[in-house]
Amino acid sequence: MDSVRRDRIGDGLRRLPAHPLFWPVTALAVLLIIAAIVQPGFLRIGWVDGHLHGSLIDVLNRAAPLMLVAIGMTLVIALRGLDISVGAVVAISAAVAAVMIGGSLDPHAAEQTSRVPLGVAIAGALGVAMLCGLWNGLLVVKAGMQPIVATLILMVAGRGIAQLITDGRIITVYYSPYFHIGNGFLGGLPFALIIAALTAVAVYLALTRTALGLFVRSIGTNPVAARVAGVRSRLITVCSYVFCSLTAGLAGLIISSNVKSADGNNAGQLMELDAILAVTLGGTSLAGGRFSLAGTIVGALILQTLTALIYASGVPPEVNMVVKAVLVFAVMLLQSPEFRALVVKEALNRRAARSKAHHERS
Amino acid sequence: MRALDDVELCLRAGEVHALMGQNGAGKSTLIKVLTGVCAPEAGSIELEGQPIQPTSPLHAQRLGISTVYQEVNLCPNLTVAENLFAGRYPRRAWWRGGGINWSAVNREARRVLTALQVDVEVTRLLATYPVAIQQMVAIARATNISARVLILDEPTSSLDADEVQQLFAVLDRLRRQGMAILFVTHFLDQVYAISDRVTVLRNGRFVGEYVARELSREALITAMVGREIAPVTNAVTTQGQAAKVTSAPVLQAKAIGRKGQLQPTDIELNRGEILGVAGLLGSGRTELARLLFGLDPADSGEIGVNGKRGLLRSPADAIAQGLALCPEERKTEGLVADLSVRENIVLALQARSGLVPHLSPEAQQRIAERLVAALGIKAASIDTPVGQLSGGNQQKVLLARWLATNPQLLILDEPTRGIDVAAKQEIMNEIVGLARDGMAVMFISAEIEEVVRLSDRIVVLRDRRKAGELPGGCGEQAVYELIARH
Repeated sequence: MDSVRRDRIGDGLRRLPAHPLFWPVTALAVLLIIAAIVQPGFLRIGWVDGHLHGSLIDVLNRAAPLMLVAIGMTLVIALRGLDISVGAVVAISAAVAAVMIGGSLDPHAAEQTSRVPLGVAIAGALGVAMLCGLWNGLLVVKAGMQPIVATLILMVAGRGIAQLITDGRIITVYYSPYFHIGNGFLGGLPFALIIAALTAVAVYLALTRTALGLFVRSIGTNPVAARVAGVRSRLITVCSYVFCSLTAGLAGLIISSNVKSADGNNAGQLMELDAILAVTLGGTSLAGGRFSLAGTIVGALILQTLTALIYASGVPPEVNMVVKAVLVFAVMLLQSPEFRALVVKEALNRRAARSKAHHERS
Repeated sequence: MRALDDVELCLRAGEVHALMGQNGAGKSTLIKVLTGVCAPEAGSIELEGQPIQPTSPLHAQRLGISTVYQEVNLCPNLTVAENLFAGRYPRRAWWRGGGINWSAVNREARRVLTALQVDVEVTRLLATYPVAIQQMVAIARATNISARVLILDEPTSSLDADEVQQLFAVLDRLRRQGMAILFVTHFLDQVYAISDRVTVLRNGRFVGEYVARELSREALITAMVGREIAPVTNAVTTQGQAAKVTSAPVLQAKAIGRKGQLQPTDIELNRGEILGVAGLLGSGRTELARLLFGLDPADSGEIGVNGKRGLLRSPADAIAQGLALCPEERKTEGLVADLSVRENIVLALQARSGLVPHLSPEAQQRIAERLVAALGIKAASIDTPVGQLSGGNQQKVLLARWLATNPQLLILDEPTRGIDVAAKQEIMNEIVGLARDGMAVMFISAEIEEVVRLSDRIVVLRDRRKAGELPGGCGEQAVYELIARH
């Protein structure tokens, strides 16, 4: 009885490396261990001022915008698309929210006010973000443009649009309820993390409790066959871009709330590349069809842990991009089956050579 | 299990040798061994008395064994001439820069293709020509590299009758030059038209080598299948004709057409009727199916389904009206290779109901298992990716997908292409059974003999327009006459 159970566990362990999440999770665990060595106390979680506190919580909190964007990106990539305009949409959403709230500091007022109710400002920002997504989606589906080219337009133009909205200035927000989005806590957890988690759960439920998962995989694998089978692939593709921009809009709110300002030029800078990287690290195929939502979240955490690790180890800021690139490269190698096979083969050859030499000596 | 077991094959210079067998008989594996894709575990290969061991297709080619595969292995984004000479372009002399001599490339390409009587402009992109021409270019490329053995893996499956004749003329010329040609095909007629000898494989084993003109068709089929096959006829459905005509037609298309694809055409289908669509390649067969199903927008005419007028703007529209289409290209337009048999079967049913309600895994399993059993689909399990199934079983999965939606009108575009004789019979039996139960079926096939055998009524297409209609049981000759008449 016991041996049967042990066998089953042994069997499970042996098959573990074949699980698509095994290597992403291993990479994350290795990074966390290194971080704990570089900065003792990295893994310690405490309770301060009625909420969880610690470097780990900080990583989770700061990873929230990237997680959000990467979740949207996962769906787009699974449908054979690509959205490189998410960084610009982050900036647009931040700008819309900041302008609607208004950026004047009145020292005489007892409490800072917003020009419009906070809910309206948020809805406005997210609405504009979704319009951006609709634009991308229609360019891809109706105009038949390559996704990378179609979204390149908004990637470039979006920064300009964000600066038009803010009139070329960096708008500072003084309305404190808005700060709650990026800095607040709910039930001891960072509010931004809760937004990201709820989004992930919503997407997970949509993929598993509705036919969305089946449709996404069939469109991603064979769009022509999916259309012949009656799947409304164009509609679903447009919706994926709209949703991806919505997640970018949410990320824009979190980021601008975090820094209490909207900077059309720098908000969400290079976010599209980090999001694509997070999706790739999580094991989603860029060719479409095969994707992993959980993998994407792990991928986003890997990138944020890397950033935290670089800051914690005191790497000078001038070279931290280079260090990040090297570490990302190492993580990619760890996840590559070809590379691992090469390493194992090399190790076996060495061992064989050593034992042969040993035999000859004796 | 062995893919090939103790198989022998003897090719003689100046002969066309047909290799026959059902799917899974080991034809592809044998070709892979001959061309160095796989190494044999036992046995030997000799070329002109010398033992050879090809290690890669390139090595085999250097030894003098060239292969043309069923799917064209050329680059559609290069010109015809570039495709012919890719990898071995004629160069200019070094004192003139040593670059590629493009005028020589094009001149040589023209010469090679003219010799094969293929009339194309060699500087145009390969993609601008139909698959048939691409196939001819692939053959030209293979024969131009001085081959002693030419292997053709189902070269005719996408050619129409004229082009097959053209190909056979080329093969005949090559045969007279002393080349040994191995010809793999599913078409019995073609075996007799061109081959000198036939080798038959079954389940990875050698059945026999025959001289083609001494082998009767019945004997050949029996050798391939291992049992005798009774031809399907649609005698029973024609008896129910009177009952069908009284009910209103399921589908009534008036003057539907699309510029460059199909001239305005009228089509009518009744309950329980099999309407055959016959015509040569390029006659508009597939285009008709695509227009009816809303895959391509029609720019004239209207379609009525059960009396409801209007055009079908998308496949989703057509499916909502009770239509179903098994497309001609099973792999690229039909199945989603990575998805399981179960998921492929429920896809259209789920797509019709939209995102919600979602069919539970249990419901999916029930539907899939019922249809797998009903159609006799052979798969390791219903969770096997459909790409791993044989051609015949893939076709049945596609059929199962549509049967799950319980359609009123089933359009089948070439449902029997590229599948083995036994699976063909099973699918044709299934079609007859469906019509008997009241479904309207539109049966499109390049094999006119099949259309004639199965249909209650036959629409003949010629040059993208309807040439006329014939009653069921009219005979192949009548169809050919209608196609040939001007």
